[in-house]
Amino acid sequence: MLSNLSQNTTNEKWEPKIVAFFCNWCTYTAADLAGVSRLKHAPNARIIRVMCSGRVDPQFILDAFAKGADGVLIGGCHPGDCHYMEGNYKALRRMRLLHRMMYDMGIEKDRFRLEWISASEGEKVRTVINDMVEKIRALGPLGLPKRFVEWDKEMESFEERVLGKEEAVHA
Amino acid sequence: MPDKPKVAFYWCASCGGCEESIVDLAEGILDVVAAVDIVMWPVAMDFKKSDVAAMPDGSILVAMINGAIRTSEQEEMAKLLRRKSKIVIAYGSCAHTGGIPGLANQFSREQILNYVYEQTPSTVNPEKTRPELKFGTNGDSVTLPVFFDGVRSLDQVVEVEYYLPGCPPTPKLLSQAIEVLLSGKLPPKGAVLAPDIALCDECPKKDTKPNDLQFTEFKRAHWAQIDPAKCLLAQGFICMGPATRGGCGGQCISGNMPCTGCFGPTSRVKDQGAKILSALASQILAKNETEIDATLGTIADPIGTFYRYGLPASLLRRKINEETKANA
Ligand code: SF4
Ligand code: SF4
Ligand code: FES
Repeated sequence: MLSNLSQNTTNEKWEPKIVAFFCNWCTYTAADLAGVSRLKHAPNARIIRVMCSGRVDPQFILDAFAKGADGVLIGGCHPGDCHYMEGNYKALRRMRLLHRMMYDMGIEKDRFRLEWISASEGEKVRTVINDMVEKIRALGPLGLPKRFVEWDKEMESFEERVLGKEEAVHA
Repeated sequence: MPDKPKVAFYWCASCGGCEESIVDLAEGILDVVAAVDIVMWPVAMDFKKSDVAAMPDGSILVAMINGAIRTSEQEEMAKLLRRKSKIVIAYGSCAHTGGIPGLANQFSREQILNYVYEQTPSTVNPEKTRPELKFGTNGDSVTLPVFFDGVRSLDQVVEVEYYLPGCPPTPKLLSQAIEVLLSGKLPPKGAVLAPDIALCDECPKKDTKPNDLQFTEFKRAHWAQIDPAKCLLAQGFICMGPATRGGCGGQCISGNMPCTGCFGPTSRVKDQGAKILSALASQILAKNETEIDATLGTIADPIGTFYRYGLPASLLRRKINEETKANA
């Protein structure tokens, strides 16, 4: 109960952080369009422009999570529309496997999403981001950087532990 | 005559294979013994921790430490040897990237202890007794090391100068490393003492590796006859060669077995598992989700396959368990 409460108080200040990799030719243009048409979407997504969804190395996604993202979104051209022919198929295949593997590592499915959004679908950028923000808000922070610090605390009390033990042995 | 340089060998969470690989120097070990003074080597020589503790700081030239760090005893020895040594080498996959013991990072400490002391089919423990850190009897007390919540590579615990990769490293790499260290021409700090190329580049089967593999299924080595003349990936077996550092001489490949990735990644790769995942998945033939999933479904255990030797050193380091989630 107490831990729930304290979680809630931290959650009040916390805002979901989403890293979004958008393909230059479709989704990035769509996001631009959404901006120009003043469609309001939640301000939680940091958008990174890439030339193609196929350019998104799975390492980028893990790195984003490791550096503090609560969610990662990839946006690319619809199947058949990739500027580089096969890039989005490659992205799809990689992300199917990555999604499964991240789930096995304890990262909830809703923290990661791949969407096809064409240059004219500004409205879809908005609905996808808003929906993702809501789902992640419900999950709470992933907070990997904090977790890493937490995990390593067991290494910090070395002197104490070792000295304590030696005293115990010599007592 | 000046003193010979001092060398220490130590093992942490390991299987003993790395010790074996030192002995595998065969007659070469005599040259090593002639050139250096071994001051610690629990598996072969009778030195005590107190002997090392009594030495001045920095008086050992090289400490070669194998095994991952799982307990406070291993941490303590790693820190002691670090203090006494000019150069620390993470010897073998476990010290380098966490190794096989690192796969336990898919489970929390509590899950492991619960399984081992209560759940295994061969356990009879009605009182659910668990090991205690301190136990007193007849006015005497004995202690056990702390079993940490996770497994760490050596460099996650102490500063490490160099890495010798492999499960275990080859005698050839070891003798080259000793030669370099004794010559005094030291490589830049942080170097992995093996070539910085992918295994495919030195693989005897590389000429038969197609540019586009078009996977429809992934096979496991015991499922089908392996054609010794052909690239293993081309036959549908998962081979870690594209995401693994060369330098082993393609030992497994020459034995007609796929590479499982023990040399870790090259310097250009941060996360070996993500790298091979990317290389394999992007070359699947299918274009729609259902068929892609069917092909991917033939990979039984992605984490165990792609991070077999490197989960603790990967970007995520360990599974985010409910227990670790609760206190984040
Ligand atoms: S994938 Fe394996 S078998 Fe094929 S060339 Fe690379 S290391 Fe050799
Ligand atoms: S082929 Fe792969 S698994 Fe085998 S020794 Fe070489 S790097 Fe290690
Ligand atoms: S160019 Fe948009 S997904 Fe490839």
